[in-house]
Amino acid sequence: MASDSGADADGPEPTADRDAESDVETDRAIADEEALRRIADRTPTRLGVGRAGPRPATDSLLAFRADHAVARDAVRSRVGDELLADLDLVALRTKVDDADQYLARPDLGRELDAASRERLLEKCDLEPAVQLVVSDGLSSTAVEANVPELLPILRDGLAERGISVGTPVFVEFGRVDVMDAIGEELGADCCVILIGERPGLGSAESLSAYLVYGPERGTATSRKSVVSNVHDGGLPPVEAGAELVDLIAETLAAEASGIDLREDDRAFRES
Amino acid sequence: MAIKTTTPDAGDRFDSVVEVLAKANEPKTGDELAGVAADSDAERVAAKRALAGMRLETLRENPAVPADEDEVTRVIQEAVREPIYDEIREWTVADLREYLVATDTGEREIAAIRPGLTSEMIAAVTKLMSNLDLALVTSRMEVPARCNTTVGERGTLSFRLQPNDPADDVANIVDATREGLSYGVGDAVIGVNPVQDGVETTTRILEATHGFIEEWDVPTQNCCLAHVTTQMDAIREGAPADLVFQSLAGTEAGNDEFGVDVALLDEAHELARRRCTSSGPNVLYFETGQGAELSGDAHEGVDQLTLEARCYGLAKRYDPFLVNTVVGFIGPEYLYDGRQVIRAGLEDVFMGQLHGIPMGIDACYTNHMQADQNDIENLAVLLAAAGANYFITVPMGDDVMLNYQSNSYHDAPALRELFDRDPAPAFREWLEEMDLWRDGRLTDRAGDPTIFT
Repeated sequence: MASDSGADADGPEPTADRDAESDVETDRAIADEEALRRIADRTPTRLGVGRAGPRPATDSLLAFRADHAVARDAVRSRVGDELLADLDLVALRTKVDDADQYLARPDLGRELDAASRERLLEKCDLEPAVQLVVSDGLSSTAVEANVPELLPILRDGLAERGISVGTPVFVEFGRVDVMDAIGEELGADCCVILIGERPGLGSAESLSAYLVYGPERGTATSRKSVVSNVHDGGLPPVEAGAELVDLIAETLAAEASGIDLREDDRAFRES
Repeated sequence: MAIKTTTPDAGDRFDSVVEVLAKANEPKTGDELAGVAADSDAERVAAKRALAGMRLETLRENPAVPADEDEVTRVIQEAVREPIYDEIREWTVADLREYLVATDTGEREIAAIRPGLTSEMIAAVTKLMSNLDLALVTSRMEVPARCNTTVGERGTLSFRLQPNDPADDVANIVDATREGLSYGVGDAVIGVNPVQDGVETTTRILEATHGFIEEWDVPTQNCCLAHVTTQMDAIREGAPADLVFQSLAGTEAGNDEFGVDVALLDEAHELARRRCTSSGPNVLYFETGQGAELSGDAHEGVDQLTLEARCYGLAKRYDPFLVNTVVGFIGPEYLYDGRQVIRAGLEDVFMGQLHGIPMGIDACYTNHMQADQNDIENLAVLLAAAGANYFITVPMGDDVMLNYQSNSYHDAPALRELFDRDPAPAFREWLEEMDLWRDGRLTDRAGDPTIFT
């Protein structure tokens, strides 16, 4: 009898058809069933969710909770070691101690810890044209879902254009601006970070790529370019990879990123 | 330098009024991030003791940011009614708390001292008050405001209908409006946050919401929460806006980050009074939130609660119809968890109403906070009990455009039932005519957006 929409992370089903199968308050008629379905189907907004008295219908309530659980898990879980091994990423971490501190102290997530700084200089090529950085950010799920596909596209695409790519690294507990510290230490011309976005209830798989020319600590957000909403339901990783290769080439040619490159590139303040 | 306080020895360990204010705060991650928080609970209480003994005149004479450096300070200082200030200047902050919670104190007694208070005094007393103190005194204050509807009268509870759409699709926005109205939501405002901050989008959203309001004769007001300059351009070109909106910060530098200053806000107010489609007299809408200044690197070494109070001091200049804190939107580096959000929500609504501005709340959270829907339902219950003017509600609590969660449309009838509150009078009559609301409850017809097709 129960609807399966509680397990559906893509969003709630319209619940108007519960009337046929449920117990209390089911005699409430929907004025226009077909219109309700049309309204609910054409928007990601949770419309036509139904009610039990003044409270949400139970399956709508549980669908909401299921989506929140997916988002929470994406924030709290970490990227697995296999992914780092498979993609041959040098593992680094920031000055952040744990997941709780990560959320409270963005300043600590912008700087490598001492051991990681040493490791960076020991393991990575110096002065590359492009340094690639991957970080879990606010969603490890986004990294797991997109980076295995996206990173090889970037590596190959840049190599085809004769652009030298440094040794890619992974940073645990990183903020966007950790790219400034890494790029500065290595003397990279351009630094790119692929980082998990704050999950919404609709998707926890959304990844952003930020790009800075001439990275140095304290570079303003407005001087960074961004390609956001990278995931299968948004900008698919294959398309994002092609777009990024173009953007990187453009950045290197213009020797500028962010508002210095295009006036309409707006800073992402909330990340 | 020891700061001046009537509590023996309590002032010795602090160097400035701003330091006492910051360290007296209840724990907030934003104050820790700014490096202004107390190092221990013992130091926190020592600061509260020092603050309790501080005279109100000390707070007036030591504003959080100097007047010659900051126009928000000047707005707050110039608004003080001097004879009333003279009557209370020698009170300590403890005296003020005890006046507010006294058995005989009601809206009249609070109104009698209100014009003598500065935002720093209001911030200071807030830091001495417990959560129940805040709820109790808020419940004594009545700060109504009128646009097309009147919001905030005793015995009423209103809601903003927030039908945001990730593509600014006006058909979806109108559908979400239909659903909200069918739950009795929307007497505070039908207010849309656009994705695209442009005149064309803003005009399209204003026309669609205005058209729906006219077609169904809904007693409410519309608003499109683009940047104030975008709204002004749209209004000048004839877009039908009932209210003009802007986010505020508590410092001049913070407002600069938002792209506004007092001169621009004055101009917006003047334009709104002449060109808004509503009957007024209150035609402005402001949003605020603890941590906004730090996030723009414009906090000037001041704690986030004091800066929030200063937002209300600025808002007061414009006799707004709606002001709400967006309390959990900004993230865990400012308010870490449900406990900090609940505290901040109670503080903000109290501080707004003590300033005399009609205060509501967006009780909300993001997915990287240690909070969930239960936390903001708790906050909604507390603030409905305390008498906040209005809450923000979104479809099923999920704003798919701003990517955060707030109260659900469903929470409106539940809170009204729980506290025996009515919708705003004209809106209630309309709900009854539409057969959506009877005897303080939803009718069988409610909760169905298709009745409006």
